[in-house]
Amino acid sequence: MSNGARGGAHPALVELTLARLREFVREPEALFWSFFFPIVMSVAMAIAFPSRGAQPVRVGVPPGPAAETLRKTLSADPGVVVRDVAPDEELRVLREGGVHVIVRPGHPPAYRFDPDREESRTARLVVDQVLKRAAGRVEPWQAREEAIAIPGSRYVDWLIPGIVGLGIMSNSMWSIGFMTVQMRLRKLLKRLAASPMRKWEFLAAQVLARLLFLGPEVAVPLVFGVLAFGMPVQGSVVDIAVVSLIGALAFGSIGLLVGSRVRTLEAISGLMNLTMVPMWVLSGVFFSSSNFPEVVQPLIRALPLTAVVDALRAVVLEGATLDGIGTELAILSAWTVVPFLVGLRIFKWR
Amino acid sequence: MTQNREMTTTPAVRCTDLRKRYGTVVAVDGLSLEVARGECFGLLGPNGAGKTTTIEILEGLLAPDSGDVEVLGMRWPRDERQLRQRLGIQLQESQFIDKLTVEETLRVFRSFYDRGKSIDELLALVELESKRSSWVVKLSGGQKQRLSIACALAGDPDLLFLDEPSTGLDPQSRRQLWGVLQRYRSAGGTILLTTHYMDEAEVLCDRVAIVDHGKIIAFDTPKALVAGLGAPKVIVHEGTLEDVFMSLTGRHLRDE
Repeated sequence: MSNGARGGAHPALVELTLARLREFVREPEALFWSFFFPIVMSVAMAIAFPSRGAQPVRVGVPPGPAAETLRKTLSADPGVVVRDVAPDEELRVLREGGVHVIVRPGHPPAYRFDPDREESRTARLVVDQVLKRAAGRVEPWQAREEAIAIPGSRYVDWLIPGIVGLGIMSNSMWSIGFMTVQMRLRKLLKRLAASPMRKWEFLAAQVLARLLFLGPEVAVPLVFGVLAFGMPVQGSVVDIAVVSLIGALAFGSIGLLVGSRVRTLEAISGLMNLTMVPMWVLSGVFFSSSNFPEVVQPLIRALPLTAVVDALRAVVLEGATLDGIGTELAILSAWTVVPFLVGLRIFKWR
Repeated sequence: MTQNREMTTTPAVRCTDLRKRYGTVVAVDGLSLEVARGECFGLLGPNGAGKTTTIEILEGLLAPDSGDVEVLGMRWPRDERQLRQRLGIQLQESQFIDKLTVEETLRVFRSFYDRGKSIDELLALVELESKRSSWVVKLSGGQKQRLSIACALAGDPDLLFLDEPSTGLDPQSRRQLWGVLQRYRSAGGTILLTTHYMDEAEVLCDRVAIVDHGKIIAFDTPKALVAGLGAPKVIVHEGTLEDVFMSLTGRHLRDE
């Protein structure tokens, strides 16, 4: 306040960035999505992927005395949970994953399961072994088993950097895309265009303001991963910060481009989803993108979310340095520069 | 504010034969005008007369289909950078960011200009000192409009464009706004404004152009326009610009 008399003490880029930051921290909903969403996501992961070892297989048997022996035999095995399923319920319960396989008594018994489901195939093998042993099968030998649960090689370790990448994408794109359209609707963009403000400064300020919230957005799920799952962080924190920063710049630029001409909030929602949903699926956040055919692999590699997620995984899980993720950083730099310049060019100020 | 101003004889605004159409709708239809330095010039007309299109062409926000525009002796878009530094613009309907304070909003706009007034001077000029730390969303309509004027004045402009500055304000807020504009003028500033209030034009403007269907249909000082009014004067009622407009077009100024 006391320096009011100095007039425009800060350069426009600083004032515009500050304005954006102030607006953001004064918007409770925006804060919620940026900081609490990753926590909610992480808690959901903790529930979905408990580190309590293998889960028992769930087996359904018909109710009634006919299946009594079957029920007893299966229940005796610690790796099996048995549940009565009426014949007209079988399809529904299987579909919903309530049980992985249905066993019908008989000589021989019948297995009902979906061979496309991993859990169902496992359940079938477990059930088969338990029943055959009970029927007197003698195992020719018992292999020596070496259980491996090294932190860093579990699914949850692989997933967390993916969630971080997803957060960088969603937060950057939504906040910038929505803000742009809102300012256009309120004719504030037109007012700014009528002033001597340099247009690139305005657009750059929107992207820069994003970076200041990046720290907590990235740190929350990572720290949660370390504390709740013992996820090891092999690489350096600085390298993680660099990847996150370049990732946020790239998605900020893409957000600007997507919102550069849109005039309604409905249209921006649609366009944002159109841009992001394919990456949710293709970029290997939840399951490996190697499931997709060879021909589309170069395309998948070129996606910014793939680059962020791959780079984060390399640094966090394998301890890669920036040299090792040069390709990903180059891809992200291209996604920063090209959409920004195109966006600046086609941006509608009114 | 005058020490930096060039003492030049070129008019503040000169445009000739402006034309602009949107599809089949002709918004501006061969409009010419000239605004002298230091003058307050009003474009008066009903909604849809082409006032906003005209002023936005003069502000360099819209390109005319044809016609010639010169502002402060410079041209769009060639001199855009230099010109924007010396213009103050207030737009209809522009809303500032709700959750920035008055001071923060002014700081943003002030940062765009190479020269200009301090934040304190701007706040004093528009009588918003007491609202310095209030969020924009908490301001009344009149206060928002004065903030908008303050943003337009941030670069100490030679020429101020105002598009319906007092629309939607209560009488007291309008008077307060007029006071702000009269202070700007008495410091040597030039104003081009649009309005559909005749009393506003009579109070503020040295000269008025009455616009209808994209053309100027009358052009003079408010006094001369009223004096030249052919309509019979009623004893209890002095003629006003409203009467001039009615006799020229057969319509009320505020017809939608």
